[in-house]
Amino acid sequence: MARERTGPPRAALLDEPKFRGIVYQILLCLLIALAAAAVVRNVTENLARNRITSGFGFLDQTAGFDISQTLIDYSVQTSTYGRAFWVGLLNTLLIAGLGIVLATVWGFVIGIARLSRNWLVANVARGYVELIRNIPLLLQLLFWYNAVLKALPEMRESIVFGGAVLNNRGLFLPQPNFGPGTGLVALAFVIGIASALGLRLAAKRRLERTGQTIPVFGSSLALVIGLPVIAFLLAGAEVRLIHPELGRFNVRGGVEILPEFGALLFGLVVYTAAFIAEVVRAGLLSVSRGQTEAAAALGLRRRQILNLIVIPQAKRVIIPPLTNQYLNLTKNSSLAVAIGYPDFVQIFTGTVLNQTGQAVEVVVITLAVYLALSLTTSAAMNWYNARVAYVGR
Amino acid sequence: MKRSITILAAMAALALPAAAGTLDDVRARGVLNCGANGQLPGFGLPDAQGNWTGFDVDYCRAYAATIFNDPSKVKFVALTAKDRFTALQSGDVDVLARNTTWTSSRETQLGLHAAGATYYDGQGFIIRKVLKVNSALELSDASVCVQQGTTTELNLADYFRANRMKLKSVTFAQLDEALKAYDSGRCDAYTTDGSGLYGVRPKLAKPDDHVVLPEIISKEPLSPFVRQGDDQWFNIVRWVHFVMLNAEELNINKSNVDEQLKSDNPEIKRLLGTEQNYGEQFGLTKDWAYRVIKQVGNYAEVFDRNLGQGSQLKITRGLNALWTKGGIQYGPPVR
Repeated sequence: MARERTGPPRAALLDEPKFRGIVYQILLCLLIALAAAAVVRNVTENLARNRITSGFGFLDQTAGFDISQTLIDYSVQTSTYGRAFWVGLLNTLLIAGLGIVLATVWGFVIGIARLSRNWLVANVARGYVELIRNIPLLLQLLFWYNAVLKALPEMRESIVFGGAVLNNRGLFLPQPNFGPGTGLVALAFVIGIASALGLRLAAKRRLERTGQTIPVFGSSLALVIGLPVIAFLLAGAEVRLIHPELGRFNVRGGVEILPEFGALLFGLVVYTAAFIAEVVRAGLLSVSRGQTEAAAALGLRRRQILNLIVIPQAKRVIIPPLTNQYLNLTKNSSLAVAIGYPDFVQIFTGTVLNQTGQAVEVVVITLAVYLALSLTTSAAMNWYNARVAYVGR
Repeated sequence: MKRSITILAAMAALALPAAAGTLDDVRARGVLNCGANGQLPGFGLPDAQGNWTGFDVDYCRAYAATIFNDPSKVKFVALTAKDRFTALQSGDVDVLARNTTWTSSRETQLGLHAAGATYYDGQGFIIRKVLKVNSALELSDASVCVQQGTTTELNLADYFRANRMKLKSVTFAQLDEALKAYDSGRCDAYTTDGSGLYGVRPKLAKPDDHVVLPEIISKEPLSPFVRQGDDQWFNIVRWVHFVMLNAEELNINKSNVDEQLKSDNPEIKRLLGTEQNYGEQFGLTKDWAYRVIKQVGNYAEVFDRNLGQGSQLKITRGLNALWTKGGIQYGPPVR
């Protein structure tokens, strides 16, 4: 008895588009994997044949070079190349983190200024954007660095104000040295922030339930600032400042901010803010006039219109390109090599690469680090973007 | 960014199958690729017209002279301190003549060979006169500008550590940037090899306001480097230097080398190839040494022209005098 088939006649497996698609993809993956394996094999063989040391053992060797800015303990005598890796990474994270925050603030200011009805404000902002974004960043960094160094006084003519010292070696701030109550103050600060957030949430719930608004700004401020102050007084109000002192060559003591750091941060912020300003302007302009007018018709105040209607909608346009700018800023921070700031690239692909000679390993690690930094940044921004995205109902 | 790309390109070259026989490659190419400094007066610096001059540069011209009978057949590649070894390893350059210190790890870890010290140097400091510092031992707490990726960086840290002094170094990728930072007052002192200090001094805004401190804190035998595994090429690079030394010792120079061809002195005859064929044993021609001396000069001429009395730097021969004159430059015999 012949087998009966239901449904349309089946084509041969090879003729099925879905199956063929899978086969092609597997073949492509295999080809790429083969090519990658060939590259790895060639590199390993060539390194061995040329008697070039390979492997990651160098990370445990003593580095023996000095680094001008270290956020974690680093000693010339004992620290390893692995430690130098972390020093460099933290220096990069510091500049990128601060840069992103400051560039966002400054970029929003310029972007909003560009839309100002005041002719002068709008055109100054416009001139700023056009000037800054059309000059290569490297030139700007060199300009700021040399401008900063030239403008600052020499050691013996240092500017001293309120215990801080400013000269061409950097800015030196008094370093607070807290007494035993430090932990208590910090704890009070954390509690203050938490309760302020809780207060805000409660006010929001109440607004949604009853339509009544409660002003929370004043009481939040009192919590965040007041609690630590009370804790500080209770703990005995003991704090000593370590003042920087002028030595023969350099300033001793205090918190040191290098001119290289200042110039790099300033340059990156000024440059990236010009791009962020345009992103912000585009976002604000993308919200149609009708929205503003409708909100005004409902009786919302100017500030409420901006906060409740315009900005939430503009955010959806702003955030994806803003992410690009954050990534650019992080990557651009590697231009630090030109002005002597010890960022990750300067320390790792600079000194470490040269002292160990292990170019392949060092560059692969560097690529991986920047990839990880960028992917983390975009993951965070994508998460935020998903939260503010328009939800279809 | 540009530097990273150089390194990436060099790594890409490492991923390709390698070739051997540098001399054959150079001959086939018709030009010698020479890794040079590009920023250091006296050792390697192109002028406004793109003509390279310097002590290391003349060594590359000497290799070209002996291979092609034409010292101009050199393509100079300007390399920073930190890119130089990658460029040589990957084959971008055939020889690295870039005031590079001969150290053990550069031979054991990098797969390279130093062909012999062409210049015996040592690291020193330059400092502003107004600071009234007379010795490097007074530098505790001082800011020191230094170029990245050099033995200099390590010697500096070592010296301060050994003498229990506090160091504040500021590190730059490029010599010019480090020097500019020193000149603008960012650092109290600038450190590099002694010869380099003389070389950079004229680049400062007011050269007379600066003084070189007496201490020499390290041994820096500067040498041309080649890749390991090509002994023929290594021998050529090594012996061109010895040819120049022997020529100086035998009083053969650019102007009298033609007369010396008629000399009866057996040493001169062996060197200039009028007797025996030592050049051919290197894979070169019989007149290999004649070409070097005629077209580039002997060691004294190269030294004086670039570093010594015939130059702006006016460096004395010191350790680099011939062994017969109190120095340690010594050319093994050609025979």
